[in-house]
Amino acid sequence: MDRKPTRDGFGEGLVELGEKRKDIVVLSADLTDSTRAGWFKKKFPERFFSMGVSEQDMIGTAAGLALSGKRPFTCTFGVFAAGRAWDQIRVSIAYMNLNVIIVGTHGGISVGPDGPTHQAVEEITLMRVLPNMTVIAPCDAIEAKKATKLAASYNGPVYLRLGRSNVPIVTTQEDSFEIGKANLLRDGGDVTIIACGYEVYEALVAHEILKKEKISARVINLHTLKPVDRAVITKAAKETGAIVTAEEHTIIGGLGSLVSEVLTQEFPVPVEFIGVKDRFGESGSPEELFKVFELTAEDIVKAAKRVIRRKNK
Amino acid sequence: MAGRPEIKTLKNIAREIRIEILKMLTCAGSGHTGGSLSIVELLVGLYFYKFRCDPKRPLCHTRDIFILSKGHACPALYAVLAHMNFFDKKELCTLRKVGTRLQGHPQRGLPGVEISSGSLGQGLSIANGYALGARIDKDKKRIYCLMGDGELDEGQIWEAVLTGAHYKLDNVCGIVDYNKFQIDGKVEDTKALEPLKEKWEAFNWEVLEIDGHDLKEVMDAYDRAETIKGKPVVILAHTTKGKGVSFLENQNRYHGVAPTKEELDRALKELEGE
Repeated sequence: MDRKPTRDGFGEGLVELGEKRKDIVVLSADLTDSTRAGWFKKKFPERFFSMGVSEQDMIGTAAGLALSGKRPFTCTFGVFAAGRAWDQIRVSIAYMNLNVIIVGTHGGISVGPDGPTHQAVEEITLMRVLPNMTVIAPCDAIEAKKATKLAASYNGPVYLRLGRSNVPIVTTQEDSFEIGKANLLRDGGDVTIIACGYEVYEALVAHEILKKEKISARVINLHTLKPVDRAVITKAAKETGAIVTAEEHTIIGGLGSLVSEVLTQEFPVPVEFIGVKDRFGESGSPEELFKVFELTAEDIVKAAKRVIRRKNK
Repeated sequence: MAGRPEIKTLKNIAREIRIEILKMLTCAGSGHTGGSLSIVELLVGLYFYKFRCDPKRPLCHTRDIFILSKGHACPALYAVLAHMNFFDKKELCTLRKVGTRLQGHPQRGLPGVEISSGSLGQGLSIANGYALGARIDKDKKRIYCLMGDGELDEGQIWEAVLTGAHYKLDNVCGIVDYNKFQIDGKVEDTKALEPLKEKWEAFNWEVLEIDGHDLKEVMDAYDRAETIKGKPVVILAHTTKGKGVSFLENQNRYHGVAPTKEELDRALKELEGE
């Protein structure tokens, strides 16, 4: 299976956008190479703005550029965008419903050795509470590229959650991708695994393990966390009666929470959460950390069995 | 605008704006009196002289941009915009009431209001972004950004000051309403800013220091700012909080408090007696 970081898909999409559209501008807070904004900078230096280590100022500057008719992408790590510049995103962008794409790379613990200060595990929560905000966490580089291009024509601000590490390519160019519309990757009747970002891959592996044990698991890629595809979640609850959510993010306010919010209103069924459990990240290799944080396919399998037992009680 | 309006005419407008501000604040029962009154001449000297805009077409492409970073002073901006017929003066009495376009802090959408603001420190970055966009488009518009002195405590302002100088944004004109007070008290006791002129200069901004209530000095500064090339300009305007009404001047308890009905009557007597 090919592997590629989602930030690379973003970088490629950004360059293609730059070629087609003169209104695309890119800002970076001193993380130009890491975020892949540098690929755009190389081709379109006149539309690239170096902001230094000033995330709040970067967000405000992007707001001004958007007001002047440009379509800005702001690039930094997720922790620094969503955390450090949250009020600027709230007041200068979301409140005015401006067309700014906030790119937060290095989402999740797969950042690895840099440790907790650089591992964003709270951005989905922080961003989705903001009115007007759209939140997307692509599962692979192909999806990241599609999301980048669609976000540039979307009405209103978009937060794009990307990762640092190489992750398996699980979708194809031909797969449909629509903001706000979840993708059904595997059908199944016993349980549904709803995942986003890298965890989509782990969910697919879990599906195969469960299949060997004669458990039929549906897998949904919920790439758009907001606006959430309520219909797909509700249908899964009705048809499978048990849900596992999987995210490389805190379960407080993240994917697990938002799925629960939908289910408690539409069709309550048992839910098990795979995600970061109210703690900070830590240094280590991504592979080791996935085990420590219980985010592997094996963990999803265990959760699936637990939730099926609860359903049958 | 072809020539300069007469100072007498502008003074009269400033007086009317102050009356509108006080009436609307009393009507609302809350709001920021002191910091609204201190910026009146800064707004009047801009909007009734230098500023290119068309109240009938508030979003026309050739307009200049005014960004009120110290959003709490919006009663002054609302009064000026209503005076110029961006919207009906009658709407002023809806300030801070349910369903109004005149939110307690400015909200984009009201004709003439370019940005939503209120959380301090954010306007100058937005001004810079607007200026960068205008530069790409070879658009000659000028971007004005009015900040409070207390607001300069915000780190983001100084990030934006660096950005403005780095990109040599000579289409940006910052204005500091240096009224020497913030909510907690005197600026110098709360978090000292001095030497302020030297700070901006050290950051490579051109500084024009003026009496922010002297309309000639205000207009001169806007003229002068336009001629400075290769770096941004900031007008450091020394002002008086609560300016224009004797019992409000330098009385910091009126920072975020509206005049009572009785106080309004006294204030109007003073202003109308001028």
